[in-house]
Formats: sequence, structure tokens, C-alpha cells
Amino acid sequence: MEEEAFTDINGKPITLDCHSHSSFCREFTVSSPKVSIGKVMVYTCSVWLLAYAVFFFTQNTAVLSSAILITLVGMMLHIHFVKVDHESLLVIGSLGIQVSSSYASGREVTTFIEMSKIKDIVINEAIYMHQIIYYLCVLLKEPFEPNEVSSVVPLFQSSKPRLGCLVKVYKSCQEILSTCQ
Amino acid sequence: MVLKIFFPQCCNRADSGLLVGRWIAGHDSAVVLAVIHYPFIPGQVKQYIQQMQAQSGVELSVLGSWSLPKEGQEGLESFLRDLSTIFPQERWLQISRQMGKTGFTCEVLSRDQTGGSARRSNEAEAKKESKDGGDGEEEAEEKVIFVHYEQRKVMLSQLHPIANENPENKSEPSTELREMFQTVAHSQPLFFLDKYDDGLLKSTHWQSEGREASIIVELMKQASVPLCIFISWLLSVWTWTCNIWIFSVFPLCFLSSILSTFIQLSYRTEHMRTLSSPKSAEGHTQFMRKANILVSVLVDVALGVFLMSWLYRDDHISMLADALVPAADHVAQQLEELLQWLMGAPAGLKMNRALDQVLGRFFLYHIHLWISYIHLMAPFIEGILWYGGLSACFGLTFALSLLSDMVALFTFHIYCFYVYGARLYCLKIYGLSSLWRLFRGKKWNVLRQRVDSCSYDLDQLFIGTLLLTILLFLLPTTALYYLVFTLLRLVIVLFQGILHLSVDFINSFPLFAAGLRVCRSYRLAEGVKFRVLCEEPGTALHLLMEINPLKFSSVVRTYRTPTYSCYPKDSWAALVKKLFIGELIYPWRHKTTKTD
Repeated sequence: MEEEAFTDINGKPITLDCHSHSSFCREFTVSSPKVSIGKVMVYTCSVWLLAYAVFFFTQNTAVLSSAILITLVGMMLHIHFVKVDHESLLVIGSLGIQVSSSYASGREVTTFIEMSKIKDIVINEAIYMHQIIYYLCVLLKEPFEPNEVSSVVPLFQSSKPRLGCLVKVYKSCQEILSTCQ
Repeated sequence: MVLKIFFPQCCNRADSGLLVGRWIAGHDSAVVLAVIHYPFIPGQVKQYIQQMQAQSGVELSVLGSWSLPKEGQEGLESFLRDLSTIFPQERWLQISRQMGKTGFTCEVLSRDQTGGSARRSNEAEAKKESKDGGDGEEEAEEKVIFVHYEQRKVMLSQLHPIANENPENKSEPSTELREMFQTVAHSQPLFFLDKYDDGLLKSTHWQSEGREASIIVELMKQASVPLCIFISWLLSVWTWTCNIWIFSVFPLCFLSSILSTFIQLSYRTEHMRTLSSPKSAEGHTQFMRKANILVSVLVDVALGVFLMSWLYRDDHISMLADALVPAADHVAQQLEELLQWLMGAPAGLKMNRALDQVLGRFFLYHIHLWISYIHLMAPFIEGILWYGGLSACFGLTFALSLLSDMVALFTFHIYCFYVYGARLYCLKIYGLSSLWRLFRGKKWNVLRQRVDSCSYDLDQLFIGTLLLTILLFLLPTTALYYLVFTLLRLVIVLFQGILHLSVDFINSFPLFAAGLRVCRSYRLAEGVKFRVLCEEPGTALHLLMEINPLKFSSVVRTYRTPTYSCYPKDSWAALVKKLFIGELIYPWRHKTTKTD
């Protein structure tokens, strides 16, 4: 069990946690930074100030209560659907790869890809906004033509780590994949 | 290679015995299904397994031995190893667990058919091995993963996307997990052996603790047979009535194809035919389809009865009927005012006075006809509503369809205005487009489907240009009438569209599947997820397999009953184009577009 600090493509600090359960089963967890209290304050204050300005002109109290509702619902939706707390990749040799991302509210979305469907794990390049980024992805086989790639499953989609972190994950994944084939 | 052993959680604390299960060919994994306890007679075990194999169609075999030594049970180890000669297998698993430890230890003994000498890594075992003589056994350098699964959930769950149940046209090679799920699901006969039975064999596996309300379920199953026969008899009578020649005569067959009540009736007939078929459902898809239809019909009828109880209480019907005639009068009056406004100078536009007056008078006369028709109908409206409300006992969808039809009938005048306006407008647009070609010295070549140049005579050009001018100057008047009546028509089409959508929603929403997803989320599985269980140094890796439930969106997508909203839809652009060139729009679909 070791923890290492890396940065994501925007330069924010993220941590990579490698957990080796056995020689052919490893878990990689990339944790994103928590929501800063300043950001929350800025958003709530701006909504409330805006609501107060509207209230000042209209003298309608419904505006204020709706502003409170909007902030509450917005925060709940944000932590439930948008803010990803950590993403993990569980590689189990000869069984498969499990990709899961858990949101700040505790919701977990998990997909398991069987080894018979996986062709390889590679680091790929992509154009993202105005920059070129690297990402780790799983290549899936076409059911009948084992040499063709049918689709690509990108990993660590929300935390977007930089190349250094990806290379580390890639190397240990390849180690497991090569021993188990 | 890594050996995967799927181990049921219920056997974690089973007494020592034999592991019964199946090797999944080509994947190097074993599914343990049950543990048969000591004491047993090997012949009986073999017979039992053969019997089970015949019943379930799964290649069952004895996988190995399981030992959980209790106090005073020493020296089992050698006995367990001897068993491998009684049940000859390619590989013999020897799983053992110490009391107080969570992890299992596993040894794999593989039978070396060719080699005569026995070689063991463990010396102590090698000594015992040499006593066996004959076949040599060899421990391969293998790593083992234990995947713990909950037998009941895996047995009941259905992995998605649903595999083709026909073995002949398999579209995809079945994967390891799918094989494993199928193995557990098919070996249900193995789980019928009760632990309280006084049989010769005792075994541990998942066993049902009795179903809730199973007596009621059985009684209902018994009762459903005559009910199904009765319903199918009713349906056959109904189909026979529908096929009488009088219904295939022009006006009736046209009416039945556009009135939404009849369409709903045909859907419901089809649904009931599916439900009342005496065959039990083959496979998961058929079963879910039947269950979805049954639940939505029941919910529909319940809602309909609810609506009916509201309608017939406190004389709501007569209140509605009393409100309806003044409402129709009011609409007619508003329309009259609108026409008067259009006949003047609407929104400051200067119209062609003569055409404006003609059109306005024509429509006014129509409204007059309509009002007299409504007043003629007024005494009967309450009766119509009263009998129409009875249709709600067939379901809310029938009441809604009937409402949609009634709206269509009561706003027939608006539809007429719209058709007149649209026809006039359409005529003008077509005339203008062809005369514009003439104006430019071109014509439409029908054979080649293109515009060709053409030399016209002088008088042709003269008349054509004159007509073009007249049509062009008359266009705004017609366009205005068309615009106003189209807007009115669109409001009604929108209302009817909402009614149709809600009917369609009730008809097609997979209520049963959604309920399963909420209450028994493991029944519909999208896949699995693993959790690393315990890590004791020196033991094999233990994983817990949990079932990943299907997403709600895919539940709806997979299980919705096909109705007319599943056909390809008209695009908004097509609608706007139709409106622009003056083609008629309808809330219902034509037969021709349906078959496309």
C-alpha cells in the first residue's frame, strides 16, 4: 500500500493509491481534491446576492426562498452526479478489470469488463479543448475478429491524471496482463 | 494460469464433504454448487450426480473435497486424498478451512495420465501419495482466486443483454460469467434436496425457506387456467364479430383506422391474446413481456375504475354535460368574433376586400351550421357521456382515447376551417410555383423529374404572368386565414397528442420490470462487481461477487411493450415543411407510414 502525489492536467494535486492484494490483483485509486469551502461560498453568495437584488426590486419573498431551494438542490445534484471523489481500477489477472467511480455523496458506479473481452490496455493521446492530453484506456475486442478493436473504454475520466501517473498504472497493469496470459 | 473457483457463500460453514459443481471448459474455472457431507457411499453419490445431470442438463461432477475440521476429527486429510481415486477427475481440488481463520487454503492435484511416478512438492504428502501407487498426482504451480457468490441471487438473476436462448444461432460466444450464471440457474434441481430430509445423502447449498404466500400463488395459478380459457373464448368471439363483412365496408373501416378508441381496442385485444395464450412463457423475454402487459393492464383498469367512481359520484357527469354546451357556444362565439376581425383590417393589414368578404361569410355560415348542430345534439350529450364513461371500466386508456375522439368530434368545425384554408393555400402555392417557372421561361419535366427550359407562346406567357400577379396579390389574404386556422388546429392537435402520449405511456411502460428493479434489484443484472474480501498472508485471494443491477434507462429500453410510439417519428422539420406548403397534418399516423 503506497500513496503518491501527482497532478492532473490542470495542475491540481491528486493522489494515486496502489494497493497490491496479491501478485495478480492490484487496485489503483485516484483521489481528486475535495471541494474547497471557498468555491462553495462564492457560488452560494453569488446566488443569494442575486436573489437579494431581485427581491430588492420586486419585494417578493418567494424569490429568497427559491434561491435557498436552488442552492440546496444544486449542491445535492452536484455531489450526487457531478463531483467524483475517487476513481478506482481493480485489475484481477485472468478474471477481468473493474472500473468504478464513487461520487462525493457515496454513489458508486461500477462496471466490470471480463478478460475475454479485453484486447489491451494502452495510453492514448487526445485533443481536449486547446491541449493534447494523455489518457489510459481499455481496448475491447470485436466478438468474432479477435484482432479488431470494437470500442475503447477510457479510464480515470473525471480526474484526468498526467502522464507520469498514467505510466505508473500502465506498467503495473501490463505486468499483470502479461503474467496471466 | 490462475484458477478461479466460484464458491457459494452458504457453503462457507458447511461440514466436511465432497464439492459438487462444474468445470467451465476453456476458462479454467470451477463453479462449486453444493457440498455433500460425510458419511456417504460413493456409488450413491455417483448415481445422485448422474440423476441430477439428467434433470438439469448441466455437466455436474465431483470437483474435489472440502474440509472444515471440527474437534475430534483428525486424520481426515489422508481420507480426503484417497477420495480422488474413487472419483477420477482431471484435477482434484482440495479446499480446506481452519476453524477461526477466514481464509481458505486450496491444493490442486492434477492427474498425470502418462507419468507413472509421483512427485509432490510437499514431502509429507508425497509419502501418502506413494501409498496410492498407480496413478501419479502432481501439484501444478497454480494460483487460485476464490470468488464468493450468493447462490440465490445468482440463480435468480438474468444477465443483460439477454443472450439468444436458441443454441443454434448464437450471436456471441458465451463468456465465463455468462456460463457461470447459466450453470447456477440451470442446476436448480440440485437445490431441492432439503437439509431436513432423511435421505441417504446430506448436502449443503442454498435452499428455499418456503415462498411467501405460496399457497395463494398456487391457487391463483390453478384459477388462471379457466380464466385464460374464458378470455380466449371471448377474444375469439370478438375477432369473429370484427371480421363480419359490415366492418370492412368503406366508412366503418376508415373510421376504425383513425379513431383512437378503436386503435386502443385493437392493441388491448392483442395484449389479451398474448396474456391468455395457454402456453407458459418460453424464456425470460417472453415471461417479462407477459408480466409487463399483465401489470400494466391491471394498473390501467384500476385507474379507470378510480376515474369511474369519481365520475358517477355526486352527478359529475351531468355537471360536465351542462358545462359542455355553453363551452361549445362560447368557442363558436369567439370564432365568430375572430372572423369579424379578419374580415376588417386585421392587425392593420390591408386585405383584398372582395376575397376577404367571401371567405369570411363562408366561414361564418359554417359556424352557424355548427351551432345549430350542437344545439340539436344538446339533449343527448349527457347520455353520450354517461355511456362513454362506462368505457373507463376497461381502463383509463380507453377513457382517454374516448376523450381524444370526443375532442376531435366537438372541434370538427375547426378541422373543417383548417382543411378549407389549407386547401386554398396549397392550391395557391402550387399555382404560384408553377407560374413562377413559366415566368422565368422554364417548366417542370415530369419524366425526368427536373426543371427544363421551355419556349412559351406569347399569349401563354401573357395569361400566365397575369395569373401569377393575381395569385400573388391574393396570397396574403388566404395566407392569413390559413395561419389563423392552422394555429387553432395546432392547439387541438397538441392536446390530442398529449392524450395519445399518456395512453401510449400507460400501454408501453414496463411496470413489472421497473418494480423488479426497485424491489429485487438482483433479478435484472447488468453485470457483476467484485470486492476484495480478506487478505491473510499465505491464503488465496478472496473476492466477493455482487450483482450490478441494470440501469433504469436500460430497463425501460429493454422491456417496453412495442406500440405505435416505437415507430420512427416525424421530424419537426418535416412538420414545418408540411405546414409551409399547406399539406394537412393529423394527430394520428397513416397506415402507410407505419409499415415503412
